[in-house]
Amino acid sequence: MIEVSNLTKDYGARRAIDGLNFEARQGEITGFLGPNGAGKTTTMRILTGYMPPSDGTATIAGYDVVRNSLEVRKRVGYLPETVPLYTEMTVFDYLKFMADLRRLPDAEDIIEETLEMVGLLDRAGGYIGNLSKGMRQRVGLAQALLHRPEVLILDEPTIGLDPAQIIEVRNLIREIGKERTVLLSTHILSEAQQICDRILIINKGKIVAEDTPQNLQSSLSGAQRVQLTVRGDAAKLTGKIGGLDGVESVILNGQDQLEFQYAAGSDARPAVARMVVESNFDLLEMRTISLSLEEIFLTLTKEVPAESEE
Amino acid sequence: MRNIWTIAKREYNLYFISPVAYVVAFLFLTIIALIFAINIMAMTVNQFGFAPPPDSRVVTGPMAFLLLLATPALTMRLLADEVRMGTMELLLTAPVREYELVVGKWLGAFLFMLTLMAASLVFPLILQQITNPGIDQMLMMSGYLGVILLASAFLAIGVGISALFSNQVAAFFTTMVIFVILWWLVGAPANVLPGGSDIFRYLDMSGHFYQNFNEGRITLSGIAYYLSLTALGLLIGTTAIETRRWR
Repeated sequence: MIEVSNLTKDYGARRAIDGLNFEARQGEITGFLGPNGAGKTTTMRILTGYMPPSDGTATIAGYDVVRNSLEVRKRVGYLPETVPLYTEMTVFDYLKFMADLRRLPDAEDIIEETLEMVGLLDRAGGYIGNLSKGMRQRVGLAQALLHRPEVLILDEPTIGLDPAQIIEVRNLIREIGKERTVLLSTHILSEAQQICDRILIINKGKIVAEDTPQNLQSSLSGAQRVQLTVRGDAAKLTGKIGGLDGVESVILNGQDQLEFQYAAGSDARPAVARMVVESNFDLLEMRTISLSLEEIFLTLTKEVPAESEE
Repeated sequence: MRNIWTIAKREYNLYFISPVAYVVAFLFLTIIALIFAINIMAMTVNQFGFAPPPDSRVVTGPMAFLLLLATPALTMRLLADEVRMGTMELLLTAPVREYELVVGKWLGAFLFMLTLMAASLVFPLILQQITNPGIDQMLMMSGYLGVILLASAFLAIGVGISALFSNQVAAFFTTMVIFVILWWLVGAPANVLPGGSDIFRYLDMSGHFYQNFNEGRITLSGIAYYLSLTALGLLIGTTAIETRRWR
């Protein structure tokens, strides 16, 4: 469980994060989404005790990140953005070192188990310097998972992985997220959409939206857009559909395709379908196009010209 | 305490795969060996016009000065490199206290230095074999205690300076400058000022060694001086890492 209240961090005159308030609950994967420089890494560094906030408080598992930093650090697994590895050590030695710092009993067994989880068991004796970027990322993940932490904080965990590894790591995170609190940052929207139970969109140090991926999509889209495919000349239908109740606009998309929008309050789809059939057209497809998370993201994080930078 | 040991162990092992450490070890022992050989020749052949007494000072004397040159190369990496590689983030988000990290780094380097010194014991041993009735062992103990204390202080200052930088080279030269000040410059006013020069004489790093420990005089003030410098160096390191967090 992570609770953040009014968290603020200034780097000199620049305010990196500005009065953040959010919660990440146990058994949930919370996604931290935002463009580069939005304050994701700063927030994570504060939560993991790497640096203190300028203002506000954050607690992890009931412990304040500043006053009980050591207790917090015992309970948090952290994968920083630049994976911190000792390239001159072997994978096993590196994990053994981290296990010793965390005072884990039976370190050897735990390391073996963790390496199996991240699929690196066959590389245990290899030097980290000789590993590919994807493998290094997984060593970093193994380090974060070593002590089976209550709270897992992952800064862009799938960066640099190949597609197959991305799926593996996502599955792993989902598995871990079942009983733990996971906070991960990403700027890949489809990733947040796929694995997160809740998404926080952050921009310029402020949270601009917070909800489940589904709710974010529906609440922000407002009007519903529907795509229609018919057999025949779709142009003949535009006028008729446009005249129906609730339909806001119609656009011709191609010879046999058109798109219409209706207000979220009234469902115009049945009327449209009836009308198409009654006009002797074959209705081949009718599909709701939801505003993708990508578009929501861009709307929410769009530069507002009036807000001048100092 | 266990964290200190974990960190020290990693550092110690790392020296044995580090080229810099090998170069330092090689030069350190080779130069001691050369000076030793020249001294033995002077003692036996007596052609050079001087003949030092056959005792362990021919080893501990040059060793003290070599420590000054070797230490910055051994300590420059310790904390500066963690910052550069980003692993500082790993250590500072693990349940490790700042002082444990700094003391662990120092201890690792100190153990490596002790290993080098243990290797250098071969020279007094040779001397013991070829002289009759053997060397003054008490003098040897005192001299070695001196170099050990000196190494402790040097390394602590080096670790402290290394914590201030994220660049090894900057750490190396700054450490060197501090050593030069403590070794030569601080004591200099003592030779010029007629009165009230005791404070400068006390602060002189080389004086405590060459005038006391290396001559067989173990002084409390000397021990206190070197241990204070060690504590100061480690304190600088700890404070530097703490302030790094708050920046």
